[in-house]
Amino acid sequence: MSKQERAAGHFSINESLLFEEGSPGRRAFDLSPLDVPLKQMGDLMDPELLRGEIDGMPELSEVDVIRHFTRLSTWNYHIDLGLYPLGSCTMKYNPKINERVARLEGFAFAHPYLPAQMIQGALEVQKTLEDCLAEISGMDAITLQPAAGAHGELTGILMVRAYHESRGNPRRSILIPDSAHGTNPASAAIAGYVVESVPSNKRGTIDIGALQKIVNHEVAAIMITNPNTLGIFESEIAEITELLHRQGALVYMDGANLNALMGMTRPGDFGIDVLHINLHKTFTTPHGGGGPGAGPVAVKKVLEPFLPYPVIESKTDGTYSFNYDRPHSIGRIKAYNGQFGMHVRALCYILANGAEGLKEVSEVAVLNANYIRSKLKSAYALAYDSASLHEVVFSDRLQARKDVHVWDIAKRLMDYGFHPPTVSFPLIVPGAIMIEPTESESRQELDAFVQAMLAIDTEAEQNPEIVKSAPHTTRVGRIDEAAAARKPILRWRAG
Amino acid sequence: MRYIPNSQADRQQMLAEIGVDSTEQLFAGIPEKLRLRRLLDLPKALSESELLEYFRKRASKNEIEPAAFIGAGIYRHYIPIVIDALISRSEFYTAYTPYQAEIAQGTLQAIFEFQTYIAQLTGMEVANASLYDGSTGLAEAILMAQRVTRKNKFLVARSVHPEYRAVVDTYAKNLGIQIELIGYAPDGRLNLEQLASKLDSNTAAVVVQSPNFFGTIERTHDVAEMAHKHDAMSITNVCEAISLGILKPAGEDQSEKRRADIVVGEAQSFGIPPSFGGPHVGFLATREKYVRQMPGRLVGMGKDFSGRRGFVLTLSTREQHIRREKATSNICTNQSLCALMATIYLAVVGPKGLREICEHNVFKTDYAVTQIRERTKFRVLFSAPRFNEFVIQNPLPLGEGRRAPSAPGEGFSSPGLPLWRFYPELGNARLLCVTEINSREQIDRMVQGLAS
Amino acid sequence: MSPDDLLYTKEHEWLRIADNGGTVGITDHAQKELGDIVYVELPKTGTKFNSGETFGSVESVKAVSELYIPVSGEVIEVNEDLGSAPENINEDPYGTGWMIRIRLLNKSETEDLMSAEEYDEYTSEGK
Repeated sequence: MSKQERAAGHFSINESLLFEEGSPGRRAFDLSPLDVPLKQMGDLMDPELLRGEIDGMPELSEVDVIRHFTRLSTWNYHIDLGLYPLGSCTMKYNPKINERVARLEGFAFAHPYLPAQMIQGALEVQKTLEDCLAEISGMDAITLQPAAGAHGELTGILMVRAYHESRGNPRRSILIPDSAHGTNPASAAIAGYVVESVPSNKRGTIDIGALQKIVNHEVAAIMITNPNTLGIFESEIAEITELLHRQGALVYMDGANLNALMGMTRPGDFGIDVLHINLHKTFTTPHGGGGPGAGPVAVKKVLEPFLPYPVIESKTDGTYSFNYDRPHSIGRIKAYNGQFGMHVRALCYILANGAEGLKEVSEVAVLNANYIRSKLKSAYALAYDSASLHEVVFSDRLQARKDVHVWDIAKRLMDYGFHPPTVSFPLIVPGAIMIEPTESESRQELDAFVQAMLAIDTEAEQNPEIVKSAPHTTRVGRIDEAAAARKPILRWRAG
Repeated sequence: MRYIPNSQADRQQMLAEIGVDSTEQLFAGIPEKLRLRRLLDLPKALSESELLEYFRKRASKNEIEPAAFIGAGIYRHYIPIVIDALISRSEFYTAYTPYQAEIAQGTLQAIFEFQTYIAQLTGMEVANASLYDGSTGLAEAILMAQRVTRKNKFLVARSVHPEYRAVVDTYAKNLGIQIELIGYAPDGRLNLEQLASKLDSNTAAVVVQSPNFFGTIERTHDVAEMAHKHDAMSITNVCEAISLGILKPAGEDQSEKRRADIVVGEAQSFGIPPSFGGPHVGFLATREKYVRQMPGRLVGMGKDFSGRRGFVLTLSTREQHIRREKATSNICTNQSLCALMATIYLAVVGPKGLREICEHNVFKTDYAVTQIRERTKFRVLFSAPRFNEFVIQNPLPLGEGRRAPSAPGEGFSSPGLPLWRFYPELGNARLLCVTEINSREQIDRMVQGLAS
Repeated sequence: MSPDDLLYTKEHEWLRIADNGGTVGITDHAQKELGDIVYVELPKTGTKFNSGETFGSVESVKAVSELYIPVSGEVIEVNEDLGSAPENINEDPYGTGWMIRIRLLNKSETEDLMSAEEYDEYTSEGK
């Protein structure tokens, strides 16, 4: 970029790539002086093993680095700025105390390979979190090893497989409702299963009649999301789990929406055998712009022998240790024992709330979703009439008559200062607009969002072009994604 | 509850507008027989000051002395303060996945920079937006090679991190993948004769780690050449990413035949604290021609419709939300914030700083090795060049000469990681790691401990 | 109106018969449904497929569709240009957007395919 072009705006709205910045000789880093004998690298190893200069790596000062990333940061929407109405992705406020305690040196610098006596604090935190999650979900045992929700799904389905194998037949298929997250079928496939789809009925829940016809002795498990991705509680869940159990099959629950149920009902009490919990959705670990997540898996007694190893045990003397001697374990699913930094944050949140606080969280999350539902249902078509819990799904059916579609509505919301809702998901709702406000939003914030949605509906009627060409106020407009995908540029190169 | 803005009065007003009397009515969709009619049995709620106290107490029960000389895949390097200052900005850490490119350019550009750094350091053409960690990254690399080659036999060095191999086994089990292990030679590097004898046209890929679990540096380019002769892919795993600053990258060579096809690894060393095993950040780099078989997210550079440069998630048709059971991986998230930490780290240290850090690691490790050889009865195993780790063997057999490990704050009687669980044939051996943060005094004290 | 010298499948592929060979692509209707096409995966020459088998896939930014071979055939030529210019499928689906040429293995199978008129009727029903 030439200087003249840059002069068109301050760097803060037109920041270069790191690789286009800096100049030779700048430094942002000093090492302490070397206090052991200096040697010739060539004496210690064959020069063939050594690399030349790293082509294109920039030299920057500390100020350069701080300014660069601070400027980039200002181009992000984030939860501390305002509402994220993202259905199923649950963006709630991330308490600051979580960050403080996760950074305590005793946690941040703990090494998992030290002898148990030297890591008692970390083990106690993990064990306490396990106990809390078991109680909240009504399950018997927990592994904290999986790194994210989808990773937890894979872990859970591998345990399902190990369970059936231990009984002589791994079985063939996993049933998945058509409203499910895409990770569900992908995880089942990696575990070596064939995926069969289960249709939804007119109420937006699992069609139990259709289910009855496909459940047989070759079905290993069903993967259910409850409340489902439409925000509807599967009211026949007890009948469904019983139906599967009668055929010797297990029931997996995608715990993405556990935040609607805390203290109200427990998956373990309605027949779930295994579920994963997304700590970032229900227990306020930050999204970080797309990770790190954490996906603990909770199981009933029958699946406990198959948990990934090691498991944490508490001894009678009040100490904790890793137990590696787990002959039936599915093995390791990740090195070490999970995303510990996320475990600290989740435990901090649970302890900040206590039982009454968590119940209140679910109550207000559901209240807020229903408030939005009642305010928007005259302007946007409800996908299903059934009662909503923590999220509500509309479709763009009414706006589509003016050729204004869900993506246009999403982009236009940015001009009103909001992040868009989840769109085009679940797949069974054409033009889906999926809204989940969470308990973190005040009535004023919800009202402002409702106003924006209603204004966009009016625009769709009176001035559809302004919606279809949105956003108009962001730093960049809509990216030409087709061009980007046809000739992908995935890294910077000199020249 | 302090994290919930709406007061009881707000809630009453909202209920009235919805047209119901109580929140209880909103849960009517849950059958009564399934309702929990008691409070959850959880520890009582704590105030903020009580929370601080609770966690401080537990954190202090962990030993965090760098004089533990322990590495084995999780390394203590100096972490510049700038990193935490920047990632503590809520614009980064409380942002969502950047699906809506127009309001996520900060995250997207930073990931694009991460992809570039990883490609530069590994000598590869492209890198993804990151994976959970090195261990799952290696499993993903193996699945990717199976897709590319449509072959199932993998030759994996035994000197690959044992826990990484365990993760690979778990992933591979149900996908028809066969893993055959290749041993190490007396010098600590891959046994090339054994590799040659097992390589054949059914081999999908050869997997080697460099520096390997023992800290010795592998001849990755020779291994790649051998693999390619049999139409097998060459996968190089990197646990200690700092080493990329000085070692010839597996993806770089005059001859294309000697370049790795996939370089995968763990970037925790780039400014991310050990944090008891996670979160860290995996990376995967490959050649352009394999890009559509890559797992995980990718950020591409593009233009908006008025021609301004912008960044966007691209090639997402590989991913689970579109391809479902036929996706290249079930992975949904990446480790964005940790990838950002690594990116900031690399920006801070720069090419010169990174090289100096590498030199300090090598020289200090060499010093420790020399001192142990000269002043103690311990044997230092393996003669091949090493980066910042090495194996020592106690002349006394296992079970003797072992003292009870100390409690936090009391210092270490036994540095490093005992290897009996992973490599029983090495007897009473330990893996030690020395980095730039270890002072000469710490090293001398450790050697003295071994000598006494 | 779809070109009337071609035959069509319910999965929206077209087949052009010439001498003993056939050319295969996707219809204008299909490319419109998919939107901007960004990538095509095609088989190697010499591969044989039975009628109705998947011979490749076509990707837009947010969707992947499999390609089904209209009749049994052996691939004798692949449109390599689509590798660098997948947009040809959008711009000229019956011309430069062709995908593969095949040697027909069972000519009688063409009887099962739709004419242009039948195909147009079929696609208008869906609306």
